[in-house]
Amino acid sequence: MLDIIHNYGLFYLIGQYPNGPLGGLLMTLILAAMALVLAFPVGVLLALCRISPYRLLRLPVTGLVYVLRGTPLLMVIFWAYFLLPTLTGQRTDQFGTMLAALVIFDGVYLAEIIRAGILGLPRGQMESSRSLGFSYLATMRLVIMPQAFRNMLPSLVNQFVSTIKETSLGYIISLSEVSFVASQISAQLLTKPVQVYAVLGLTYFVMCFSLSRFAFWLERRLAVRTAKV
Amino acid sequence: MNTFDLSVVLSGQYHDWLISGFLLSIQLALISLAIALPLAIVIAVLRMAPYAALRAIAITYVEAIRNVPLLAHMLFWYFGAPELLPTPIKSWIYDHNIEAVSAVIALVLYTAAYMSEDIRSGLRSIPREQMEAGRTLGFGFLSTMRLVILPQSLRVTVPPLISQTLNLWKNTSIAMVIGVAEMMYQAQQVESSTFRGFESYAVTTVGYVGVSIIITLLSSWYQQRYPVRSA
Amino acid sequence: MIKLKNVNKWYGSYHALADINETVAKGEVVVVCGPSGSGKSTMIRTLNRLEAIQSGNIFIDGVDIYDRSVSVNALRSGIGFVFQQFNLFPHLTVLENCTLAPRRLRKLGAKEADDLAMSLLDRVGLAHKACAFPSELSGGQQQRVAIARALAMNPPVMLFDEPTSALDPEMVGEVLQAMKSLAKEGMTMVCVTHEMGFAREVADRVIFMDQGQVLERATPESFFLRPEHPRAQRFLSDIRSPWAESGMAQAC
Repeated sequence: MLDIIHNYGLFYLIGQYPNGPLGGLLMTLILAAMALVLAFPVGVLLALCRISPYRLLRLPVTGLVYVLRGTPLLMVIFWAYFLLPTLTGQRTDQFGTMLAALVIFDGVYLAEIIRAGILGLPRGQMESSRSLGFSYLATMRLVIMPQAFRNMLPSLVNQFVSTIKETSLGYIISLSEVSFVASQISAQLLTKPVQVYAVLGLTYFVMCFSLSRFAFWLERRLAVRTAKV
Repeated sequence: MNTFDLSVVLSGQYHDWLISGFLLSIQLALISLAIALPLAIVIAVLRMAPYAALRAIAITYVEAIRNVPLLAHMLFWYFGAPELLPTPIKSWIYDHNIEAVSAVIALVLYTAAYMSEDIRSGLRSIPREQMEAGRTLGFGFLSTMRLVILPQSLRVTVPPLISQTLNLWKNTSIAMVIGVAEMMYQAQQVESSTFRGFESYAVTTVGYVGVSIIITLLSSWYQQRYPVRSA
Repeated sequence: MIKLKNVNKWYGSYHALADINETVAKGEVVVVCGPSGSGKSTMIRTLNRLEAIQSGNIFIDGVDIYDRSVSVNALRSGIGFVFQQFNLFPHLTVLENCTLAPRRLRKLGAKEADDLAMSLLDRVGLAHKACAFPSELSGGQQQRVAIARALAMNPPVMLFDEPTSALDPEMVGEVLQAMKSLAKEGMTMVCVTHEMGFAREVADRVIFMDQGQVLERATPESFFLRPEHPRAQRFLSDIRSPWAESGMAQAC
């Protein structure tokens, strides 16, 4: 077991870098972080459309959200794989495909979290800000979103945990994230699949479990400091 | 790009592939649901048991399963677990559709972990006085669970469970990774045979979204018909 | 200054405001009172377009506020509004609550805005709380900050929608004190309130409403001592405390 770690440890952690593209565990984390950061503005935009009083914005976006939430992530990945080269005019690599798929997919789920965060605030906040003369969007930016963000932080951390798990599907398009790298290691070793996949499971467990605990701690800390209006 | 032509995928052998994939997806989902739900109830009850050791088993199960992606579970049960079995059983399983069996095991364990948490939330929403009342009458822990707590918690629990069923339905697509010829696998097969990715994926998307909508409507209907009534 | 002309509002089939015709002159302090559901809050909220009207006109400084050329945000920054629930921004300090609008909307510099806010907080007696968060303040203190926040935009008119109704009794006095000093300085004010003592001291006029209509307008003395409309008489006797000294009703 120890010499497996010795031989393949670095490959597992960072892939073929510097002799090739980045991979392994580092790739998983970077992909998940980038996806969530990019999906957040998408989520805000979709959430604002979802609560918009204008039907032209609200209805198509609501339809889009329902369709995407009824589709498996794998399907979205295949769509991205298939459509992105056509849309961008160039060959899209696996990282770009996976990132695009995750941004769209997570953007929709984030939209629901953000929508709940916004709707959870008392109506008086919007009214008092508008009474001072701020426009709807300025109120969102200065008053609503800062408060909603604070309330949603635990949910956002949990969504990050989900995103880390979702990166595993990069396996299917041969993206060198940690699951794919693990299967490559297992194929090289031939006789030790149990150990390899057990380590893979443990890796995910450590990452996701610690993040979930962090989210839980965050939730308790924020509950203490919530405004008593 | 060729013009959009659905007829290629809606007739002939490709059509049959897609249909058989769809049916297999449904089968995977139903079988997994049938096993996962009782398992989830067992785990949820274990989680609330009076003995710390039993509770520890349940907590370990839930946390270990939920923090690992379904894909990794499938890879483990398909590539890893059979190696642990003695050779005769291993050969027998390899002859009998190991892909589907691994997929179902992974789906069952994964879904049951999430469902048990929803069931536990439902059970916790019942005031503890109900348990006390049942035990005071002389019922044991399990009987009180069965006769008093579980029936009341049903209304609260069913909508999240339907939501988990929706996730289960979408998760069946991951079985394609280990070679199960369900709908996503077949969509890929059709795409590589006909080079009509758009049509193939469009039809598959309709297949997934269609069933998803039915499940969501079921949830709305249930919440309308059986709204939660607090004491 | 403010003029309502044949204003009507419906919530579905419920006639919330019926043919309201009122004028408030510059520097006047008008108190609006009436039983709950009478439409008094609705009426004051139509003045800064928080509530829409279906027919009639509302003029502020001679301008129809529903005119196409009027920007609703510009209109609102020229009107100070104080809510029953204070509605301070919990994620900002007291000072930041007051400087947010002047800095962003009037483009005041940081120092200018801070000085302005501090002088206003001083006027309401809360300069020492400038760096505190709303959650650390009592209800009365929060409402006084809300008044300072509204004043920071230097509006020509201030609207108060039941400013003391959500306060514990011992804190009502400090808020009324702030409002009274505003009135004595000549601010045009419209207040929806049950505080009859306040009305008697500073109001120039009292308007009594019930079921969406204005039933009586009078000076405070004549309204409280000799109400004419039977509904007004009933209202005043309902809230009159048996322990009142001069027959003036206590706050309800």
